[in-house]
This record gives sequence, C-alpha cells and structure tokens, in this order.
Amino acid sequence: MSNARLKDLRAFTGFGSVAAGCVIFLYAPILFLTVYSFNDGRSVSQWSGASLRWYAKVLHNSDIQAAAVNSLIIATVAATVATVLALGAALAMTNNRFRGEEAAYATITLPLMVPEIVTAVASLVFFVSVGFSLGFTTILLAHIVFCIPFAYLPIRARLEGMDATLRSAAADLYASRRQAFTKITLPLLVPGLVSGWLLAFIISLDDFIISSMVAGPGSTTLPMHIYGMLRLGITPEVNAISSLMLIGSTLLVIVAGVLNRGGKTT
Amino acid sequence: MTDRALPLSSRWSERAVTAGLLWPSLAVITVFMVIPVAIMAVYSFLEPATYGGVVWKFSTAGYEQILFERDFLDDSLVFSADYLLILWRSVAQAAIATLLCLIISVPTAYYIATRSDRAKTIWIYLITIPYWVNLLIRTIALLFILRDDGPINDVLMAAGLVSAPLSLSYNSFAIGLGLVYSFLPFMVLPLYSAFERFDFKLLEAAYDLYASRRIAFFRIVLPVMRPGLVAGGLLVFIPAIGSFLAPDILGGGKTLMIGNLIGTQFQGARNWPFGAALSMILMTLTLIVLIWMARRAARTKFNG
Repeated sequence: MSNARLKDLRAFTGFGSVAAGCVIFLYAPILFLTVYSFNDGRSVSQWSGASLRWYAKVLHNSDIQAAAVNSLIIATVAATVATVLALGAALAMTNNRFRGEEAAYATITLPLMVPEIVTAVASLVFFVSVGFSLGFTTILLAHIVFCIPFAYLPIRARLEGMDATLRSAAADLYASRRQAFTKITLPLLVPGLVSGWLLAFIISLDDFIISSMVAGPGSTTLPMHIYGMLRLGITPEVNAISSLMLIGSTLLVIVAGVLNRGGKTT
Repeated sequence: MTDRALPLSSRWSERAVTAGLLWPSLAVITVFMVIPVAIMAVYSFLEPATYGGVVWKFSTAGYEQILFERDFLDDSLVFSADYLLILWRSVAQAAIATLLCLIISVPTAYYIATRSDRAKTIWIYLITIPYWVNLLIRTIALLFILRDDGPINDVLMAAGLVSAPLSLSYNSFAIGLGLVYSFLPFMVLPLYSAFERFDFKLLEAAYDLYASRRIAFFRIVLPVMRPGLVAGGLLVFIPAIGSFLAPDILGGGKTLMIGNLIGTQFQGARNWPFGAALSMILMTLTLIVLIWMARRAARTKFNG
C-alpha cells in the first residue's frame, strides 16, 4: 500500500552514500593491512605474490608465543574473575531496591568513566606505593577491575529481561531459594554470562595502555609486544600478527553478538 | 511488596545475601580504582622525588608547572604556554573529531534506521565490530594506509594527481583522523537508537503540510536525535581528549596530546606530581563536559 511511498518519503539524497562511505572508512584500513600480510616480499608496499611466510615466521617467534600465552592467561583469568564478581553485583542490584543503590551502580561503572590513561598511571602509582612488585599479578589485578563493567552490563540486561513470574512459579512449587537459583535463574542467565565473559575477554586482550604501565620484566602481553615491534616501523611481521589478532577478535565479537541476540528474542 | 510478606528474619537474610553478592565487586573497584585515583589527587600536591615517586611535602608546583617555567638563573617563575598549548590541542582535536563523527554519523544512523529489520541488523553489526577490534591494531592499520608509501599515496601517484607523496601521517591531520577512526562507532550507535524511535508519520505529516525536504529534516528529524547526540558526543569526546594511542602512533611523537604528556611523567620524565596534576585536570575536564552535556540534555527535554 502506502508503504513504498512512505519509504520513499523517508529517504534523503546522499545519506546512503555517506553510510556506505562510513563502513568503507571503518574497514578499508583493516582490509588493506590483512591483504598485505599475505605479501611475500620484505617491503610492505610492493606486492610480490601471495605467501604465508610471515605468518610462519610470527608463529615460530618464541617472544611472540610467550607474549600470546601471557595475554591469553591474563584475559582468561581476568574475564572469569570479573564475570563472577559482576554476576554477584548484577544479582544483588537487579529488581532490588536498597540504600546506596546509585552509589553502587556508579562504582561498578566507574572504570568506564575514568580516562584510560589516568587509570593506567593511577594503578602504577598505587602498586608502587603499596609495595607490589610490578609484573603478571599487577596486570591481572588491573584487568579484573576494568573488565567488571563490561561483564556486568550484559548480565544485568539479561537479568532484567527475565520473566519474574518464573521465580514465583518455582517458589509456588516449593523450590528452595538455592533450587530456584540453580534450576531457573542460572540456566536462563547462561547467554548473558557467556557474552559478558567474552566481552571482558576481548577488552582484556585489547588493552595496551594500562598493561604497559603496570607491567614488569617478563610480563609482556601481545599488544605490548606489537607496540615494541613498531619501533622498526610497519614490517610484514607486524602485519601478520596484527591480522591474526584482527581475525581472532572479530570471531569473538560475532559469537558474543549472536549470543546476545539470542538472549533478546526470548 | 514480597519484602513485606516475608518474616523479619527472612528479610534480614535477604539483606545479608544482597550485601554478600555486592561487596566483592565493590571492594575490588574501590581498592584498585577509587583509592588509586585518591592517591593521585594527594600526590598532585606533593614534591617530586628525583627518580620518580614523591617527597611528602606540600607543594602546588605540579599545577604551577602547567602555566609557568622556573627560570634557570634566578629561579623565578616565568609564564610558559607550552603545556597550555598541549592542553588546548587536546581539547581542540577532541572537539573537531567529535564534530566530524557527528557529520558522518547523522546521515549514516538515519539511513540505517530506515532500512528493513534484516538489513538493520547487518548494518549495526558492521558498525559495532570495529569497536571491539583491538584499538592498537586499528591504529596501526590506519598508519599503514596513510604512510608516504602506503596505498592512498600509491593510488594518488598512479593517477597522476600528485607528483610527490602527500605527508598524511605523523601530523595533526593524522591524529584527528585517528580519533575519528577510533571512536566513530560510539557516535553512530546512540544516534541510531534515537532515530529508531522516530515516528516517521511525522515526516509524512510535514510533507502533507508542504514542508520542503530540507525543512522537514532540520525541523522534524534533527530535534528527535538530541538525546542520541548528547550520548554520542560524550562517548566520542571523553575518550578522544585523553587518547594515547592515536597521537602516539599517528603523530609520530611530535604533536603530543595530554594523554601522552601524562604517560611521559611516569615513564621517562619522571615527575609524578606533575603527571598527577595533569591527570586531575584531565578528569576535571571530563567531568565538566559530562555535567555540561547532562544539563543540556535536561534543558532540551523541557523545551521539547
């Protein structure tokens, strides 16, 4: 009916081109970098045939392997601890009014508000002042803190979308609190937990500034290693390891997104 | 309501459970974030020790250093605009980046909001994914195409448009572009959700009343996006002003912003109180923008 006309009326000339341009702008640099990572030659500018040799070189570099292992361990532990802490906070704060609720919410989301560089130097100053030796543990602690809000938000969204009558129904059927939680709430919460964990994992894996400030000898993470490699300019090795990270985080984001969507439709 | 129905002991245990669930996360953030920031506030009023760290003696030198330089000969304070210029550059770069993001995002978000549900999902995915992709890597990717012998210059040279490569990297232009590139998704998404709620029948009504396309857009559509504009503006401006990677990698270390200046005070230059004072100023700037935007949002709500 008037649908076609309405659509036409809504359109403004040129908006579609801007939208297309916006997406091209966001992806062109990433795509160029990835394509050139398969370049055989030493030069990053001149194309001289496709090859995987830089990938092989990067994957066999023991420094990169060690940095990757560090990053993965830190991201796994930080995401897991942050998700557990965030789950507690989300359970306490959803559908529950108490004094100081706003202050609690502000505290949980504080890591999103403080500029990253300030968090980085404040963490450094804190660890040095209380006499922590900088290294693996300090990176891990700093990561747990900024991962909490990223894990919290999807879990809270999932909890808010949950049908409250389900828990009442469980109570009517003489389920204990513990049973209602483990049999009803927790299974329904799984997509929120997984996407919260994944987001925290990605954010931890991505971090450069905070890690590099609170790192010590032997606790180099992958982004720190790549940053160090940049001192020699953009080399084929930088392209290859960057492309690997690009592909890895894109896959994780898609998984997290699919889980989140699944959460919303139910 | 259910709270009242429960016996008193149960209400107490309910409270204990809530507290038990809540306090671990609050404690972690308080110890490792709130206290560190408080320590920074204190340190900004102390004297620097020679090899990093502080001397426990009250001093406002950290803040003075932003405006004044100590004269070598007679130890008097002389006005110096160097650091003020860096502060100003940070504000200006962030403001320009926010404006550019806005100019790109309004048509983009509007276009996405007028697609079919299926297409919308795909567009939103396309906009969201770059945000989650490692910022360091994205910044390297931008440097990769902007380099003197990068793809952009290759194309321009091959087309005969320029005879020598344009210097697109290692300058303020590159930093500005880097900021837009880093934070563009933050502007598109809130604007999109504002347009999503727009009732397009209003537009039809405007046309029925002989409004031109231009008038319909500026008088009907744009006012609707105000809340999205405020959110997007904050989400771009705040990370942009304290940005570290874009100026560091794309600026080639020449054109610093406040984030880099802070970082240097704790790595190379080793003046903790100065770095702490700069951090306090950055946090204050952030807070001012937050409050200003929140007030504007409140005012538009009353008027609209």
